[in-house]
Amino acid sequence: MKILVAVKRVVDYNVKVRPKSDGTDVDIANAKMSINPFCEIAVEEAVRLKEKGVATEIVAVSMGPKQSQEQIRTAMALGADRGILVESDDALEPLAVAKCLKAIIANESPDLVIMGKQSIDGDNNQTGQMLGALTSMPQGTFASEVEIADGKAKVTREIDGGLQTVELTLPAIVTTDLRLNEPRYASLPNIMKAKKKPLDTTTPADLGVDTAPRVQTLKVEPPAERQAGIKVADVAELVDKLKNEAKVIS
Amino acid sequence: MIRDHETLNQLIDTLSRYVRDRLVPLESQVAEEDAIPDAVVEEMREMGLFGLTIPEEYGGLGLTMEEEVLVAMELGKTSPAFRSLIGTNNGIGSAGIVFDGTEEQKQKYLPKYASGELIGSFCLTEPDVGSDSASVKTTAVRDGDHYIINGTKRFITNAPRAGTFTVMARTDSSVKGAKGVSAFIVEAGLEGISLGAKDKKMGQAGSHTCDVIFDNVRVPADSLIGGVEGKGFYTAMKVLDRGRLHISAVSVGVAERLIDDALRFSMERTQFGQPICEHQLIQAMLADSQAETYAGKSMVMEAARKRDRGEPVSTEAACSKLFCTEMVGRVADRAVQIHGGAGYISEYAVERFYRDVRLFRLYEGTSQIQQIVIARNMVKEKQ
Repeated sequence: MKILVAVKRVVDYNVKVRPKSDGTDVDIANAKMSINPFCEIAVEEAVRLKEKGVATEIVAVSMGPKQSQEQIRTAMALGADRGILVESDDALEPLAVAKCLKAIIANESPDLVIMGKQSIDGDNNQTGQMLGALTSMPQGTFASEVEIADGKAKVTREIDGGLQTVELTLPAIVTTDLRLNEPRYASLPNIMKAKKKPLDTTTPADLGVDTAPRVQTLKVEPPAERQAGIKVADVAELVDKLKNEAKVIS
Repeated sequence: MIRDHETLNQLIDTLSRYVRDRLVPLESQVAEEDAIPDAVVEEMREMGLFGLTIPEEYGGLGLTMEEEVLVAMELGKTSPAFRSLIGTNNGIGSAGIVFDGTEEQKQKYLPKYASGELIGSFCLTEPDVGSDSASVKTTAVRDGDHYIINGTKRFITNAPRAGTFTVMARTDSSVKGAKGVSAFIVEAGLEGISLGAKDKKMGQAGSHTCDVIFDNVRVPADSLIGGVEGKGFYTAMKVLDRGRLHISAVSVGVAERLIDDALRFSMERTQFGQPICEHQLIQAMLADSQAETYAGKSMVMEAARKRDRGEPVSTEAACSKLFCTEMVGRVADRAVQIHGGAGYISEYAVERFYRDVRLFRLYEGTSQIQQIVIARNMVKEKQ
């Protein structure tokens, strides 16, 4: 069984980002970049399936600037067998990414596509679903458990108020939620071996994908600063304020 | 050996994340229980941390000196006990064989050191032998196909976990100094080897040292490292430059950690109506610490690169060891000072680090030995 894993280069989750002074975007010049945490969970799940003998090959694919190679190498250090970079310096929207993935799927014919439910930069939570629509592959989003058996994927989904289990016929798309697994640390020897694994590069144009943006960013600004709180004298005053000022109780 | 920027960054990133997310939260537990959890030991094995310096052909990473010091700086950002666990396999515990072992000895031991299956300890220091390391009293007397080893070794790091000991012993009692000393690779299970009680140390809880007593221990003759008598002391000296740069780098890492802790505290702690980091006397301590740490880091990096170019670094390594270990002592002292009363309370990591870093000025050659090495080299070069 072949698994395709999508990984995205994003600003590291420990970096405190700030908007650019002209408000056009977030300033990530010289910021530390990493693999998107949800994508890392996707890689880990694929590696576990390979270790269990369910999967035989893992292909890591990323879209973005040349430096996205680093995130593909990270995926290969964790256990992916080879990588594909769809190189583009454009700001790629979820639809463009989904179209590129569709083209890669057409070439690679994976049995399972695992990807993060969203990236921590755009927080769109769209690519997996759009890919499902474009390819007509069944999708199991927000997965907290994945079981593969008899050409089917049983996916436990984290939904509002509980868990939902769906059964998908392979080939299928799974998007990962936080509790699916805890990714391992790549071993240092594997990081060095990853350098020798094959990494192919292509472009959206080669794949016949138009990456022109459909959405225009008007303004980026920091969240409003929190106002200072006040001290209340006693419980009675607190209840009074909650009732009459904040109007959160009645 | 990596020597490629992207892979090295990835390795340092992974390690940095492991230190920050996994090891730092365990620090107080390790200090309290005086033990590193088995699961962590296993993780460190799986990550390949025991084989950083073992050549690639024997299953290690074969890091260059520059790469090794970068790794050591990352490991410095958490309790030195974690670094100590992997320290001997990457340094004195394996170096005898790496530098001077026979091919057979290399094949037999190095892959096991690299994987962490075997922990190697180094036995040089004795009750009466410390800085004057050439005056080893432990004896190894040839008896047919064997040597019989007798003596006591002191403060032996990782001895309770060790699978092998590199033992410095006098094979020629008629020769007083270094030339009479040979190095042996001794397996820990042999009859006649016993361990003393774990030493009660000032700091670095979780890292263990103890006496190792050799009482008529019969070791096969092929345990002689390199197969030639009288080379042991010179074998021991070969690892010194590397070890000194490694400890310098760990000191820089700890200093960076201490600055980070002190800076955070000073930004949160308010006195006289403002965070104490706004007070100039606190700022002076922060700035001095930062400048000295930067100086130490620059020294270590420069010396490491020089060693990688194949140039002699005896003076530079001793300078680095002297400066960086004394420097981290001052940085730790200031970190406690910035914390005020809180710095004297064990809930804050700086109290623990203050005790931990004291060892750096003592082992792998005291500061005074470094001074002597530096000055002697200076005189020798002028003659």
